Amino acid sequence: MFDVIILVLDSTLRLSTPLLFACLAGLFSERSGVVDIGLEGKMLGGAFAAGTVAYLTGNPWAGLLAAICISIVLSLIHGFASITNRGNQIVSGVAINFLAAGLSVLLGQAWFGQGGRTPQLEIEARFAPITLPFADSVRDVPFLGPIYADLISGHNILVYAAFLTVPLTWWIVFRTRFGLRLRAVGESPHAVDTAGISVVWLRYRAVIICGALCGFAGAYLAIAQSAGFIKDMSAGKGFIALAALIFAKWRPVSAMFACLLFGFLDAIANLMQGQEVPGIGEVPVQFFQALPYILTVVLLAGFIGRAIPPKNVGVPYVKERT
Amino acid sequence: MTISLDKQSVADVTTQGVAAIELRGINKSFGPVHANKDIDLVVGKGSIHGIVGENGAGKSTLMSILYGFYSADTGDIIVDGKKTEIPDSKAAIESGIGMVHQHFMLVDPFTVVENVMLGAEGGAMLSEGIARVRKELGRLANEYDMKVDLDAVVGDLPVGLQQRVEILKALYRGADILILDEPTGVLTPAEADHLFRILRVLRDEGKTILLITHKLREIMDVTDMVSVMRRGEMVASRKTAETSMAELAELMVGRSVLLEVNKQPAAPKAPLLSVRDLNVKDERGVMRVKNVSLDVKAGEILGIAGVSGNGQSELLKALSGIMQAETGTMDLVGHTIDLSKKHTAADFREYGMSHVPEDRHRMGLVNSFAEYENSILGYHRDEAYSKGMLLDVAKVRAEALERMDKYDIRPNNPDLQVAKFSGGNQQKIVLAREIERDPDVLLIGQPTRGVDIGAIEYIHKRIIEMRDAGKAVLLVSVELDEIRSLADRILVMFDGNIVGERTPDASEQELGLLMAGVTDEAAQ
Repeated sequence: MFDVIILVLDSTLRLSTPLLFACLAGLFSERSGVVDIGLEGKMLGGAFAAGTVAYLTGNPWAGLLAAICISIVLSLIHGFASITNRGNQIVSGVAINFLAAGLSVLLGQAWFGQGGRTPQLEIEARFAPITLPFADSVRDVPFLGPIYADLISGHNILVYAAFLTVPLTWWIVFRTRFGLRLRAVGESPHAVDTAGISVVWLRYRAVIICGALCGFAGAYLAIAQSAGFIKDMSAGKGFIALAALIFAKWRPVSAMFACLLFGFLDAIANLMQGQEVPGIGEVPVQFFQALPYILTVVLLAGFIGRAIPPKNVGVPYVKERT
Repeated sequence: MTISLDKQSVADVTTQGVAAIELRGINKSFGPVHANKDIDLVVGKGSIHGIVGENGAGKSTLMSILYGFYSADTGDIIVDGKKTEIPDSKAAIESGIGMVHQHFMLVDPFTVVENVMLGAEGGAMLSEGIARVRKELGRLANEYDMKVDLDAVVGDLPVGLQQRVEILKALYRGADILILDEPTGVLTPAEADHLFRILRVLRDEGKTILLITHKLREIMDVTDMVSVMRRGEMVASRKTAETSMAELAELMVGRSVLLEVNKQPAAPKAPLLSVRDLNVKDERGVMRVKNVSLDVKAGEILGIAGVSGNGQSELLKALSGIMQAETGTMDLVGHTIDLSKKHTAADFREYGMSHVPEDRHRMGLVNSFAEYENSILGYHRDEAYSKGMLLDVAKVRAEALERMDKYDIRPNNPDLQVAKFSGGNQQKIVLAREIERDPDVLLIGQPTRGVDIGAIEYIHKRIIEMRDAGKAVLLVSVELDEIRSLADRILVMFDGNIVGERTPDASEQELGLLMAGVTDEAAQ
């Protein structure tokens, strides 16, 4: 039983990682007042770029860099539409999702002819699991040994990076000048403008950070978790990340727990596949897949407490005539 | 008395002392609206300078230009003797200008400290800045008697304290010139008094204060100089000690050419609209209409005069079913209505009321819709316009065209977007829609605001015709001349109260005094 728990938690960490990157990406964007429903598309675009470049160069770092660049480009398109041209942010985000979903498959097929996939990556073109020091020697210590050796050790570097991004995000948002302004601009862009700060530049910086983090998420999918890009491999994770962001009320540490919860549900879903639950029978796997959304709806309905978004999220900034 | 730009008193200030701010020939247009026309203004250093004018006179636009929120189309800004470009708020702050906006520029979930330091953090990390802000705010609070809990969340503070945070924000940034835009609109009288005490202390410390308001009493109480704006122009500057509320009221409202209106004496009959004990609060919870009772009889025009912002808008909204009142009843053509309950404008239309709202762009029309669509707004559920579940567009269009000819609305194209008509024609579109339903009671707000002379005459004629047809007309206008030439009885509103009733032959001065809040007896 203990082994099973370790296994599920281990799987939880791996499944939470892309959610966490995307969720923190959304946090920067939405705290600045730009709704980002295009997390999904940016992840997918990043994953395709990572798969392609890692294959061509054989270097996972080059893949990661490519993912970040492509994802930032998509972010800037979203920024151009919604910040500079004050367009509808939902429409722009949806457009990016379509663009990424279509273009990745189209280019994949044109370049590699494998039905939209990128070619299978060699082991050295991927981020390999890292064995932390002493992992093997402490494995036999009861209880703590397996936790360290099997749960904490043995992940690839992006998993650790994701969880380190949480305190980093917290520090940026709550302890730096940029963070103060970021929080302010999502709440009251007029206050920011009258304080002599550029609303536009601030929001652009936020969406660029968002793009970079989505790039990490995409790279993780294609060249750490899998060995190449597969059509639609983001599979709704961008939307789950958005749900986690709401669940976490736009706070970084809560976001981590929300992502862990949703990752855990995913891990359970995998574990329960085809298994009988005593007294109930086989629970359809779709039930577990739907749980993150159900939980979010329950939250939004006010059962767990209200999630109040930044006041001006989704509202383009216009200096109004008074 | 004629009113012209008073160069003399402007010169007085410049010779007396250094000017903190000088504006020369400022022009600003928003599309077709010329919000500021050739504004000249001199503000003496270390003085409290009031700028008065009605809503829409261009005061806020002018101050936004000074604070870098808009840039002027033409004109120069001279700060402390130096010609200064103020392209954005940052430049304004650097020139030592601080502004307390009418709608506070605060981040509600932030603490006082966070709000004050936003934009003036003094480093990439917050920790040092926080310490500095605390120290400096402590000093300012003592010096100017402006205590406020530094760790309180701003959104939880009462408005008076929020305003104090705004002032502290400006002072923390080293402002020498402080602009306050309608600062007392949201304050209780006691809070306002405290604010004025603070302003006097600031002035005595050498700060320059620009106080924007439409409340004359405040101007008389606290300012050293006062400039009056009307319809985008600076019409006069006076030393406060040498002017009076009556003069300022007259300057604000202005005297346009008195339009001759031919009308027979009224033959009023029984009241069709009776209002009792109406009290209305606005969205911010400020009481705007206080214990108002009035009757409008069949065959008379009752005029409501007053400087704008004294509750007339809320009165109209409450009577037309747009705004819920705190208390009040209304007898409308035999129906007794409790105005403290929720109603819709459609309910009252059923009973025979029509409403030409004050602001045709925001309430009377949908600017992007075609004329014929606008011609049935509010009446679109009428069976006569429907064909099964669909609108009978052909019929609506035909009727719209007919009305356009009758009311001489030009161009007579019902498919044209309403935004493309001139102000006068837009107003006629609203008027045609409301009058052609043959209501028993007609509410009209600012019937000729932004309307050309020809259309004014036409609109006035129609309103008189309604009266002569035995309808009850309630006319709200800030144009005193309009009220005097149209109304058969005049009620004057000030600060939400009806402060007096007069006949149209009351002198302009007498009405002006009432509008300035001088008591009924004193005005006579």
